[in-house]
Amino acid sequence: MEVIPSLRPLLAILISGIAAILILLTGENRKNLREFWTLLASILKFFVVISMIPMVLSGKVMEFTLLTLSPGISFQFKVDAFGLLFATLASALWIATSFYSIGYMRGLQEPKQTRFYFCFALALHGAIGVAFASNLLTVFIFYEILTISTFPLVAHKETPEAIAGGRKYLTYLLTSATLILFAIVFTYSLTGTLDFVPGGFLENKGSNNILSLLFITFILGFGTKAALMPMHEWLPTAMVAPTPVSALLHAVAVVKAGVFCVLRVVFYVFGPKLLLDLNLGLLLAYFASFTILASGMLALAQDNLKKRLAFSTINSLAIIILGSALLSPSAITGGIFLIVGHGFMKITLFFVAGAIYVQTHKENVSELDGIGRAMPVTMGTFAIGAMGIAGIPPSVGFISKWYLGLGVLEAHETIFLFALIGNALLSIAYFFPIIYRSFFKVAKAPLHAGIQEASMFMVIPAALCAVLSLCLGITPNAFVRFFEMALIATKQILKLG
Amino acid sequence: MTTSSYPILIIVVPLMTSFLIPLVGWWRKHFCYPLMIAALSISTFSSVAILKEVIEQGTLHYYLGNWDPPWGIEYVFDHLNAFVAVIVSVISLLIGISSKSMVEKEFSQKATYFYCLFLLQVTGLLGIVVTGDAFNLYVFLEIASLAGYTLIAIGEDGAPFASFNYMLYGTVGACFYLLGVGYLYIVTGSLNMADLARLLPSLYHSKVVLIAFAFFIVGVAIKMALFPLHVWLPDAYTYAPSAVSSLVAPLTTKVGAYVTIRIMYTIFAPSFIKEMVPAATILSWVAASAILFGCILALAQTDLKRMLAYVLIAEVGYISLGIGLANKNALTGAILHIQNDALMMGSLFLVAGVLASKTGFRNIYQFKNLHKKMPITMAIFVVSALSVIGIPPTCGFFSKWYLLLGAIDEHQWFFVVVLLASSLIHAILFFRVIEIVYFSPSGEPKQDTEAVVKGLDEAPLSALIPMILLALGILLLGMLSGKIISVIIQFAIPKSL
Repeated sequence: MEVIPSLRPLLAILISGIAAILILLTGENRKNLREFWTLLASILKFFVVISMIPMVLSGKVMEFTLLTLSPGISFQFKVDAFGLLFATLASALWIATSFYSIGYMRGLQEPKQTRFYFCFALALHGAIGVAFASNLLTVFIFYEILTISTFPLVAHKETPEAIAGGRKYLTYLLTSATLILFAIVFTYSLTGTLDFVPGGFLENKGSNNILSLLFITFILGFGTKAALMPMHEWLPTAMVAPTPVSALLHAVAVVKAGVFCVLRVVFYVFGPKLLLDLNLGLLLAYFASFTILASGMLALAQDNLKKRLAFSTINSLAIIILGSALLSPSAITGGIFLIVGHGFMKITLFFVAGAIYVQTHKENVSELDGIGRAMPVTMGTFAIGAMGIAGIPPSVGFISKWYLGLGVLEAHETIFLFALIGNALLSIAYFFPIIYRSFFKVAKAPLHAGIQEASMFMVIPAALCAVLSLCLGITPNAFVRFFEMALIATKQILKLG
Repeated sequence: MTTSSYPILIIVVPLMTSFLIPLVGWWRKHFCYPLMIAALSISTFSSVAILKEVIEQGTLHYYLGNWDPPWGIEYVFDHLNAFVAVIVSVISLLIGISSKSMVEKEFSQKATYFYCLFLLQVTGLLGIVVTGDAFNLYVFLEIASLAGYTLIAIGEDGAPFASFNYMLYGTVGACFYLLGVGYLYIVTGSLNMADLARLLPSLYHSKVVLIAFAFFIVGVAIKMALFPLHVWLPDAYTYAPSAVSSLVAPLTTKVGAYVTIRIMYTIFAPSFIKEMVPAATILSWVAASAILFGCILALAQTDLKRMLAYVLIAEVGYISLGIGLANKNALTGAILHIQNDALMMGSLFLVAGVLASKTGFRNIYQFKNLHKKMPITMAIFVVSALSVIGIPPTCGFFSKWYLLLGAIDEHQWFFVVVLLASSLIHAILFFRVIEIVYFSPSGEPKQDTEAVVKGLDEAPLSALIPMILLALGILLLGMLSGKIISVIIQFAIPKSL
């Protein structure tokens, strides 16, 4: 791999950090200017990130070293295909969410919007930092920025439930962060380096028992943010946050940062070969399969729409992890590509849930009878997103599922095929009643009289994300060549030339 | 021997100015404050100049009155104490600047004496750091302590008693130290530290030396409030005037920690404390219990200053644990934590002081929605709190990193658990306050606080600027810790470790 020094990764990270400061300085009194910073930063960030794609696609790696943190550890960014894929996704969806949150926050006249936009920008700062960090310590720094900046967003409403949700969120994530810190320090103590290497760097660095323990600690730590069961409890509770937060952070940036770090550990710290030797990939795969099936069943039981979506998120995240745990080429590609696909699909669903809430103040599935007739575009969008999650072609969800299925066969672990199929059935079971209710059931009373489509600020981002998820399903390399990035990442990880 | 006069200016200027201040104050009271700032600035400038010289040329020796050591008193600057001297002088300058508004508010008629004693306290602390003579160190220890007793007694109702209590403990500590010096003088006939270090190895089996060592360590442990010898500290620092607690809290304990390092690693050899007597082991266990005791008891406090006092006891534990683990990484962590903790405690006690003098609030449950009134002060509180918890990229994380690394290198798993668990307890501690400040449910307003918290009413600029500088230090020095270690701290670690 050719390494090119470049300022762009630093720039991409800093843009939202600077925007956060500008937002804070602008304050509540100049609302439009404050929102202008958010929009400007999100668009600039996206363009800086995608400007790196051509070079990464040609197999090069961009690198920027800021300073040395400790002997052998630099504060360093490295843009590889895997990181860039996550960064592109997060920054693209930040644009959509920025427009959406203006509609949402103003529609509900939420208080303390400056804090909201400030923390949001800071969270993106953390997420892109996680994507580009070149070693475990740099990742951890941004990972913690992400954790802390999301806490005020979860507790935003300042109601007792919101504060309880915030507390639970912090308890889970800070406790897991201590596990991660321990694992990182221990890795450093064993090897003297923390730099990610495609294919891992821990081979022959310790006895099998120590390495297994280390792996489990890493997975428990990062897995908490990825909402692996049984550490998932914080995510449904965190749904008290305003919907844009649930949409971008709890469907894309935060939880995906958790998954991203799990995958970094699996592929770039331990490596497929070592995990096969230690037989840990299979353990992780069973762990993930359990989460897939259990969360699907729990989703069935949720009446609150956002909580149902939260369990569906837990479900999809576990599928990504299952893909990586199988360690076969197609499974890895499918898992990595699902990071992108799930991002577009799930954010659509959350956008819709928020639009419904703003227009009707309804949060429960049982109250949605006939709403599809009042808000046809919104609910139509929802249907597309839900189909995608269930893996029905031509949505992008199908492509990941197809590759994951192939991967299961390549790994000769047919049993996991049942997890995938079970999951598809469960997703249909928990999403289709919503579609049925909203379009085909007639409201008993004229409940929805006077209800109309949400503001364009909210409908357009939702519809756009739904359309994009279809486009990506038809041509997975549309626009920014996500699929090719996933393939390159797989090749680098498996060292296939 | 150096010919520059910085080594003596650093002590003489504050000492002489402190005698001048009562005279000037008798004539023009408002000249005292600028005079003190001028003296502290000269000290700070000298200490920075010395550090620069030490970095360039290595250890500096300054012979007082041109008497050659070991007969005369010698000031020695190596990387360790030049570094600590800069910390002490910079922090005391910042606290000195901020003291103005608090002094005017709390005891304006005693301002002259306060400034005089403040300078004496700083003189004492700096003297302890710069001297290379064990007996001279005792003299400065007493100057600092006596000034400290008096300063604390200025405070509110409980202060004289707390100060008296402190004096009883402090005098025992000083006596122990002096006895230690005496015993060593009996067997070696020398008071010069370098000379002692040369003479002692052949006497390590003498009981006198052992007893002297025990007296030294216990004496200094009282002075730096190492659990279980901390009993004097919570009362003294709670009742002390705000300007005083923010000076003595960050510095006295840190200087005590410096003296411990000097005794254990310069006067005595690492082989003595590790192999001949189990001093290092005992110190680590005591330190670990100090950490747990400090942060658990802090949980029980509702008075912010008292809570911080217990946090301080835990912080002393961190530094002592680093000293006790006695390996390269742990000692690096301890020295780094001297710097970081001085910044964090300075900033936190300053915030507590500003809050108390501005609003009269001390109980954390009175802080509801305080960020509307004092946004900058509370933001600084959050930054410092995150640093105490050890969230990257604040500086507190990096010292914890090295301490953890040191504990893992020694395979001391219990200490690893203590370090990680204490972070979590600190998180509970500080997020409790942050939650009250930022996320108070608006449903239940407390009448007495609601009346006061209205509109913006920030701390005066003289207090705000030092606080902002401290907070910037907390944010930036962490990232620069790699640099600080490679330029300064690595040379302060004994070669034999």
